[in-house]
Amino acid sequence: MELLLSLVRAFLVGGVLCVSAQLLIDLTKLTPARILVLYVTVGVLIGALGIYEPLEKFAGAGVSVPLLGFGGNIARGVKEAVVEKGLLGAMTGPLTAAAGGTAAALVFGYLAALIFHGKPKSQT
Amino acid sequence: METKEYQALVKRRAARSPVVKNCAAAFWCGGLICALGQLLIYLYTLAGMQRRDAGTLTTITLVFIAALLTGIGVFDRIARYAGAGTLLPVTGFANSVVSPAIDNKSEGLILGVGAKIFTVAGPVLLYATLAGVVWGVVYFIITLFV
Repeated sequence: MELLLSLVRAFLVGGVLCVSAQLLIDLTKLTPARILVLYVTVGVLIGALGIYEPLEKFAGAGVSVPLLGFGGNIARGVKEAVVEKGLLGAMTGPLTAAAGGTAAALVFGYLAALIFHGKPKSQT
Repeated sequence: METKEYQALVKRRAARSPVVKNCAAAFWCGGLICALGQLLIYLYTLAGMQRRDAGTLTTITLVFIAALLTGIGVFDRIARYAGAGTLLPVTGFANSVVSPAIDNKSEGLILGVGAKIFTVAGPVLLYATLAGVVWGVVYFIITLFV
């Protein structure tokens, strides 16, 4: 039952976040790349303001899976790194916190490029 | 209702309906991906992982799935329907890394795959790092006074 509720919360909150991004796509001229940058940056901001943590406690993957979570995770990592290492932590914290997802995307991206053949021209 | 009035209404609705339709698609597709993420977190913690490690592995799993679907050409078809529903979750980030890497393979492994793999990942990582460092410095200053 607890699992079911957490799934529903993740579904609803994640869905609403995606609708907000869809509205930005449809109603403004923002490109997907700008949207991703925007949500990551906002994620860091709400993490810094202390809003991200309670939000994640409530919605779980509903906020951590959207790119907002990438930023929120970075804000949390930076804070811990600063507590541990002082000002040095401000430099080492961000990429350390982003390491898992980034490395996965790069490694799987590279492997996919070796294995699969794409269309001749990209449209990113 | 007057015919003219009705026509104006139809016109307004028609203009708005793709937005509504897109939002509905983004809602259930994005929600579903997040729910899948939640299920993965649950399963990984059940297997004995720390909550945060489970979260990281969930991200990695979703990135893997998105990379695979991008490679076999299925991701684009789903994304065309789901819009922000697949873009905003980490699957969209993965797709934006994998897709240009595959498409620019012909330009070589260094300046083709190596450089183009960062087409979208570059801006995302740059601004995430910038924001993170700024927050780190601010937090450091805060700790000096508290």
